[in-house]
Formats: sequence, structure tokens, C-alpha cells
Amino acid sequence: MGKALAYAALIFLSALFVAPFLWTLITAVKSQADLVAYPPVLWPADWHWENFADAWNKQPFNIFLKNSLIVVVLSTIGQLFSSSLVAFGFARFRFPGRDAIFILLLATMMIPWDVKMIPLYMEFNLLGWINTLKPLIVPAWFSEAFFVFLLRQYIMTIPMEIDEAARMDGANAWQIYWRIHLPLMAPALVLVGTFHFMNAWNDYLGPLIFLNDQSTYTLPLGLALFKGLHEVDVVSIAAITIILCLPPLALFFYAQRYIMDSALGSSVKG
Amino acid sequence: MANSPAHRRPSRRKARGAGIVPWLFISPWILGFLFFTLGPLMFSFIMSLYDWPVVGARTFVGLDNYTTMLRYDPQFWDSLWITVKFAALFVPLNIILSFGLAVLLNLNLRGTAIFRTAFYLPSVISGVALVTIWSWLYSKEYGLLNYMLSFAGIEGPNWLGDTGWAIFAITIASLWGLGGSMLIFLAGLQSVPKELYEAARISGVPPWAQVIHITLPMLSPMLLFTFITSIISAFQQLTIALLLTKGGPVGSTYFFAMYIYDNAFKFHDMGYAAAMSWVMFLIILVLSMLVMRWSTAWVYYEGEVKKEGGHG
Repeated sequence: MGKALAYAALIFLSALFVAPFLWTLITAVKSQADLVAYPPVLWPADWHWENFADAWNKQPFNIFLKNSLIVVVLSTIGQLFSSSLVAFGFARFRFPGRDAIFILLLATMMIPWDVKMIPLYMEFNLLGWINTLKPLIVPAWFSEAFFVFLLRQYIMTIPMEIDEAARMDGANAWQIYWRIHLPLMAPALVLVGTFHFMNAWNDYLGPLIFLNDQSTYTLPLGLALFKGLHEVDVVSIAAITIILCLPPLALFFYAQRYIMDSALGSSVKG
Repeated sequence: MANSPAHRRPSRRKARGAGIVPWLFISPWILGFLFFTLGPLMFSFIMSLYDWPVVGARTFVGLDNYTTMLRYDPQFWDSLWITVKFAALFVPLNIILSFGLAVLLNLNLRGTAIFRTAFYLPSVISGVALVTIWSWLYSKEYGLLNYMLSFAGIEGPNWLGDTGWAIFAITIASLWGLGGSMLIFLAGLQSVPKELYEAARISGVPPWAQVIHITLPMLSPMLLFTFITSIISAFQQLTIALLLTKGGPVGSTYFFAMYIYDNAFKFHDMGYAAAMSWVMFLIILVLSMLVMRWSTAWVYYEGEVKKEGGHG
């Protein structure tokens, strides 16, 4: 009885969470006639898969995709490298002020982006980086507090004996980080990489503020532009939306077990 | 907290290589902190004391931006009030719903992994894609939402066109992405020792009392974390409002963050925008501190929970 009720709730609620995706997918493959029909066509008879290619060609989406890929790939590499480096530093060394600096690092997570947005714009403007992809890539090479925290927690679960043994064999700190800890961190790096990828891929405000020229637009900006220009072309907008959702969804399914089993729970307990 | 210097504990195996090496490892964060956090933060405070147009001469005006905002700018208060209303809707709903879903998933019924994926799925997309999807669901005539409601005999409102409903529309769209909070609660639920429930059951404690006396205290650190992060994200809400309602209708979803954005990048009044962003920062800081202080009354930390830096 209670079980049946729980199942009913789970099925109903999960349908609520998934339905908007399915509805968008169905919209994307509709014919014009199906689109304007009322009551809405819930399951079109003909699925027009060519809508995707049509939509893609209506704007220079290839350029937007290229920009998005450059940003996402370069910033993810930077994020993985810098955050793991910093995490290793905090996890494996003692140095004066370490704990205070680490608390400062955690505190920076509380700073709203709005406060930094304006001066960052001025700073990047001064550097001549506005209208380039640099503001979206370079900061990622200087690590991010949340990821440093996650990776540090992970490194601390790895026995010191491993470091000791390597040091006995003459490895220096860099080699211990690069040859031993980086491979051992792989599951946590998948997690960090996935989160960062999603943030960078979906980011709208950063590109909105730092990019003005259409040739530098990333995909989300391209979709917003397209939406503004062709408000009524619902089918094409839906098609692009689906395309925009695919990479994060694919990555999510790949990294799912890392996300689910991650240190998320323990990270909160600190 | 000062560290134990190496000489005090000569036997610590971790006390390796002080000197410059650790600083090299953490240098990316230090540099990033200086150039992308501390620098901008200080710069933004200085800007807030100026009349600072994007082009043209800037003049030092002291605290004028702040007094103008607080005393002569009704838009500031309106947008702040709208943001507070949104936070009052979003924060409790986010906590209650993600907690409820986590409890359902924690029953470990067959197929839980699939349901868990379904609930988390929307969290992997955000911004433009999320808004596009919801803008159709909300459409008054063609929207799926009102069509579904009509089956239940409810005539759905004009979600995005009604001044009373638009803020609820934004709240619902924001709640769609509660997967992250849900996972945090789920992880917490799974870490509660089963023996506690077992012992309670044997002594005849009813299930609802088990929730109050075992589950809630054990999950209180996660509740606190979600509480604070929800407040921060509610006050920063910008993308959805910017794209879904553009602040409308008639300014009914003109959030504080949006007013800051407009001042900076539309009205080109950088100094004023910087001052407002500092007010937002202070509000978030004060709210978080109040919640933290209040939380000492209800957050329960397990004895064995590892403390920061207690390792090694």
C-alpha cells in the first residue's frame, strides 16, 4: 500500500521532470501544421528529423559551436590542471598560514558573481580581452574554490605511505603529484571536469557581457540571438535547444556514477 | 588558525618540505584570487564611490551612490522587494522538494536509479536552453502546461503575461533544476546509520517521530548548506528572468540582479551598479551569517565528523 503510493509519486514526479525535454524534442520534429494545431499534437504522425539540419543552417551555428568548443575544451583542461595542483598543495604540505588561506578559499565561494562582474568587465576591457574568448578561458587556469575543495577531500583519503614510498625512490613533489596523484584522482577529476564542462557549456552571462561581436558568440548566445530574430520559428528554436542539451546530457550519462557516488555528501559535512 | 610549526612536531611525517614548494602548488589559486577576485572586489568598491560612466570623465562622489540608492531610488527598493519575494518562494520550496524527493529515493525501491536520473536530468542544462523550454510550456494558448491543467478542470493563468503569476513561473522553472540539492540530501540520508532506525523501531518510536528525531538532526548540516546556497542563488537570479520575462510584465519580475546589470551595461552607470552590487554582497553576507548563527540551535554535528585540516 505504502509502496504503491511511493511508486505513484515517483512516477508522477519523474514524469514532471522529464516531460519538458520530451516536449521540446517532439516540438523539434513537428511539421508546421502540427505545430499550430490545437489541442497540441502530443505525438506527431511524421517526425521531421530534417528540421535539425534546417535550423542549424539558419544562423552561423558552426561558428558558435566552434567558439563553444574552444572555450569548453581549453577551460576544462585549465580547470583540471590548476585545481588539482592547488588541491595537492593544500592536502600534502604544511606551511605557515595554510589553514587560514584554505578558509579564505572556502569563503570566496560566497562572493556573488554580480559583484565581480562589473570590475571584471573593466579589467578585461583594459587588457583588450573584450570580444575575445580569453575572459571565458583564462580564469579557469587559476582554479576554482569548490573544485579545489572536492579534490583536496579526495587526495586526503589517499594514504601518505604512497607518497613516502615514492619519495624514498627519489621522486620530488612535482613527480609525486604528476605521476602518482593525478592518475589516482581520476574519478574526482571526471567529476570536476563534468561540472566545469556543464558550467562552461551552459554559461550565458559571461559570454553576454564579454562578447559583443557575433563572430565570437558561443552556442547559448547564438541560440538567444536566434530566438530574438525568429521568435515564431518555434520548431527551429526547439531543434537548436535539443542540440544544445545533447553534450551535457551525454556527458552526464557517462559520468553519472561518479556524480552519484561522489564526495558530494561528505563535502558538505566538511 | 596557525599551523603547528614543523619543529614542534618533528616526528610528523607530513611535515615535509616547507619552503617555497607548497606555495608553488597553490600559486594558481593565489594569483587567481588576486586578479579575478580580490582585485575586482576592491576595484568595484572604489568604483562605487565614483560617478563612473563607461566613457568620459569620472568624478569622486563619496557615498552619494549609496544614499541615492537608499533614499531616492524607488526602483532599487522595488527590485529588492521582488528579489526578496522570489527568495521567500524559492528557498523553502527548494529545500522541501529536494528533501522530499531524496526521501522517496531513499526508500530504495526497484528502479530508483532511473528515477534519480530523471530528477537530476534538468540540472545538467541551464540558462538559455532551460528558458527556451519553459517559455513554450508557459505559453497561454499553445502551452503544454495549461493544456494539461485543463484536463484537471483548471484554467491555467497567463503565466508569463500576468503580473501576479510571472514570479511563480520563474520559481517553477528554477525549481526544475533542484537535482543538485536533492543529491546532497540523498547522500546525507544514505549516511545515516541504519541501527538508529532499528533501535527506534524496537523501542516503538513511530515513523514520523523517527523523521523528526533521527533524520532531520542527522541531515541538519546538509539543510544548512542548502539553505545558504539557495539564498545566494536566489539573490543572484538573473539568467532566467533576463531571458524568460525580461523583467516583465510591467516590471513584476525585475530582479535586483537585473537592475544591477541594466545600470552597468545598459545605462552605463558603472559606479552606481558597483554600489548596488556591494549592497547585494552585504545582504547575502548578513543573511548567511544570521542563518549560521541561528543554525547553532538546530545543526547537529556527529562526533566523528572530520574537522577541516584535522587530517595528518
